[in-house]
Amino acid sequence: MTEPVSTYQQAFINNDRRRRRLVAFCQILILVLFVSLWEGTTRLGILNDFIFSSPSRIVKTFVTMAGDGTVFYHIGITLFETFLSFFIVLVAGILLSVLLWWNRSISSVLEPYLITLNSLPKTALAPIFIVWLGNNMKTIIVCAISLAIFGTVINLTTSFTQMDPDKLLLIKTLGGSRKDMLSKVIIPGSVPNIISNMKVNIGLCLVGVIIGEFLSANAGLGYLIVYGSQVFKLDWVLMSIVILCIIATALYALLNLIEKVYLKRHTQ
Amino acid sequence: MKPLLDVHDVSYSYHTLSGETKALNRLSFQVQFNEFLGIVGPSGCGKSTILSLIFGLLSPESGEIKIHEALCKDHTMPIGYMLQKDHLLEWRTIYENALLGLEINHQMTPARLKAVDQMFRDYGLEHFKNAKPSQLSGGMRQRAALIRTLALNPGLLLLDEPFSALDYQTRLNVSEDIYTILKKKHKSAILVTHDISEAISFCDRIVVLTNRPATIKEIVPIHLSIEEKTPLKARSAKEFQDYFNRLWGDLND
Repeated sequence: MTEPVSTYQQAFINNDRRRRRLVAFCQILILVLFVSLWEGTTRLGILNDFIFSSPSRIVKTFVTMAGDGTVFYHIGITLFETFLSFFIVLVAGILLSVLLWWNRSISSVLEPYLITLNSLPKTALAPIFIVWLGNNMKTIIVCAISLAIFGTVINLTTSFTQMDPDKLLLIKTLGGSRKDMLSKVIIPGSVPNIISNMKVNIGLCLVGVIIGEFLSANAGLGYLIVYGSQVFKLDWVLMSIVILCIIATALYALLNLIEKVYLKRHTQ
Repeated sequence: MKPLLDVHDVSYSYHTLSGETKALNRLSFQVQFNEFLGIVGPSGCGKSTILSLIFGLLSPESGEIKIHEALCKDHTMPIGYMLQKDHLLEWRTIYENALLGLEINHQMTPARLKAVDQMFRDYGLEHFKNAKPSQLSGGMRQRAALIRTLALNPGLLLLDEPFSALDYQTRLNVSEDIYTILKKKHKSAILVTHDISEAISFCDRIVVLTNRPATIKEIVPIHLSIEEKTPLKARSAKEFQDYFNRLWGDLND
């Protein structure tokens, strides 16, 4: 790019840069306004900081809990549960979808059940899981899995069965079996779909874990929120929510990064 | 001498819930060793169905398809099938695409890989081995697809309108390339097409089919007064137009 840039091109570039700066400025402005409004109103006593907490109280709470490591313990538990359920959903989702792709009869038989289970508000199942599985981490994991698995299976099965039939015919013309179709076309051709499904699932699993922790836990951010609200430690509650905002964003960004790296490597 | 392929009195019907559609009605023809046979007919008359039957993707309702035992003995895959589009898998490089058939048949032997490398050199794709399909022109993609088929060293090639997805100029070039390659390797071929000129320029004999249910209207041997026929040379032979008119008449009866 050593060619001299024309004035019109330069103007276009400048214009674009200006627009992006404006967007970034507004985004930061909203955050600063929100935080200062929150801090200001509680300082001035317009809002009760015992109920509404405040940014400075949240930071103070975080520093105290970081000092004895408890906050990292709770974050660690929640993250561990989220990742565990996420990987189980990923593996089980792919395996079940392969099974449903492989056998059309099973797929047809199970279809209405999958649709019903997918539409069911899974939170309704959570109390049963406690009774069946006990007041422990198993319940939380199952709760998170139940939230994401049905959608995953429906989604991936659709993606598998909608694969270009001519590509499958190609495998046949090269003497391949259904197993070859799976390993050479269906799975590698569905990777973009699997990744975009993972992007949805990481969020769903976090939701499921927090619901699970609300009901049956003695550690984790969900536990901290429920416990904090019961003993009127609203600082704990709001700090946990702020941390959850950061975690949710970071997890999504991580999956976005994986997707970008994959697309960069596989399309030119 | 026994023919390479003997299609004898073959019929086939498609079944759907709304009824039965007779596609092929009592077809009989043969393919000799080193012969290029063309099959032309109106679109939708069941031309591709014939290839599916020969390859074994479908079984004839009645009649018989016999393949010469020499073909089964000397080749890993006796029959190679080239589809209308190249269907190169976009997540694989050109080289990986060319090896797909060998992978599937567990034939990744040094000898086979050497033969594939040689074809990449011969067909001008050597510098594109690590390219993705999207980086290649239509003609190059079709040649890559040909290497993928030839890697398994089939004796008989089924070509299902393999040039129809290409623009006119590329189409003439690719058909010239593929013709030369297959003749040099002493392959036999069946070319299915709706393009009469393409059939005359490419084939030694042409089977003309009627509308569905397809029957054989006539089988036309092509004799052109040129030396060393290639598809491009054939188009300038003086008999070309006569054959064209004859086949055109057959199809428009």
